[in-house]
Amino acid sequence: MVKPNSKVIVVTSGKGGVGKTTTSAALGAELANRGYKTVVVDFDIGLRNLDLIMGCERRVIFDFVNVIQKDANLAQALIRDKRSENLYILPASQTRDKDALTREGVEEILTELRKEFDFIVCDSPAGIERGALMALYFADEAVVVTNPEVSSVRDSDRIIGVLNSRTRHAEQGHEIKKHLLLTRYSPSRVQRGEMLSVEDVQEILAIPLLGIIPESPAVLNASNQGVPVTFGAVSDAKRAYQDAVARLLGEVVEDTSQKGWKSMLLGGLRLFSRSAV
Amino acid sequence: MNIIRKLLGGLIPQRKSAKMARERLQIVVSHQRNDGGDVDFLPRLRHELLTVLCKYVKVDKDQVNVQLQRMDNCSVLELNITLPAPTKSSLSELDEVKAI
Ligand SMILES: Nc1ncnc2c1ncn2[C@@H]1O[C@H](COP(=O)(O)OP(=O)(O)O)[C@@H](O)[C@H]1O
Ligand SMILES: [Mg+2]
Repeated sequence: MVKPNSKVIVVTSGKGGVGKTTTSAALGAELANRGYKTVVVDFDIGLRNLDLIMGCERRVIFDFVNVIQKDANLAQALIRDKRSENLYILPASQTRDKDALTREGVEEILTELRKEFDFIVCDSPAGIERGALMALYFADEAVVVTNPEVSSVRDSDRIIGVLNSRTRHAEQGHEIKKHLLLTRYSPSRVQRGEMLSVEDVQEILAIPLLGIIPESPAVLNASNQGVPVTFGAVSDAKRAYQDAVARLLGEVVEDTSQKGWKSMLLGGLRLFSRSAV
Repeated sequence: MNIIRKLLGGLIPQRKSAKMARERLQIVVSHQRNDGGDVDFLPRLRHELLTVLCKYVKVDKDQVNVQLQRMDNCSVLELNITLPAPTKSSLSELDEVKAI
């Protein structure tokens, strides 16, 4: 039986290096924190990295392509996170054969995963080629990761076009839900007029805003350690990802990301009062 | 004096750069949406044009030039076809075509 509320969410962007893998790990870990059984699937065939970001690179034995080619079964390839019993990862293969991802194979695996998991987070490769198209084809919702920078915004616009036309839902005449996640945002640079603002990007892309992740040293720090940002120590980025997950789940969260140090203070107080409750 | 100039020089262009980014993006994105981000059809268009043209006139492959030019709020599709110097028979053929 497929879980009735099971959701496939693709994390996509068009452009590379904008924060898709960071985001996939952070969203997956936070969903698991909240008690949802979650798997993060690495679609970046040939360039697997999600395992590193999630700190399970030494536990990879079988991968996505092994399962498609029936050299292993799904249970053998899934790696359970050591920090949360709700979190799993399906690593990508390092094969150079991009055709290894067949639509039938991907569908079969996702159907299996839907039986077990509440959320299936698909970490898309960059580009709009096969791997990226496969990652988004079966999605119910999409998180469009965008940096406040011209080439990233343009590529996001292209990927939104692809999401509107080349998913299974689109082919059946339905629109999938698309969320804008602005990452590597620097409020002080926006204030100085050096960086596109949230409003600018939103006006151009015209999809609802899921969250704003600040440019933060906590991200590199977390990836050095193989810890998803939302499993790591308290930080501005962690807070922002937690808020994004809350919105993904339909909660209404106030936006504090754009205010300066005052909001950091208030944010700290808020965190404090949260943990005091 | 120098410091002030440096400060101004550092600040003024930056203040404008986000605005420029926004304006450039608005244009590029509107084009992208109009042609579905897809100008890959130009080679096919050229090929199909050639096939149709060849039914009526003898044209050289290299004499068909297709170009898409983007302006601020529209695009211009420019077709440049050089026909061979007309021979008598091809002229009468053309007349036939006109008559149809
Ligand atoms: N909010 C952020 N603050 C600082 N660095 C970030 C942030 N998000 C991502 N990065 C860095 O950007 C780089 C690319 O991130 P990654 O998640 O691998 O992108 P993608 O999967 O889109 O290629 C990494 O070095 C990562 O640490
Ligand atoms: Mg990646």
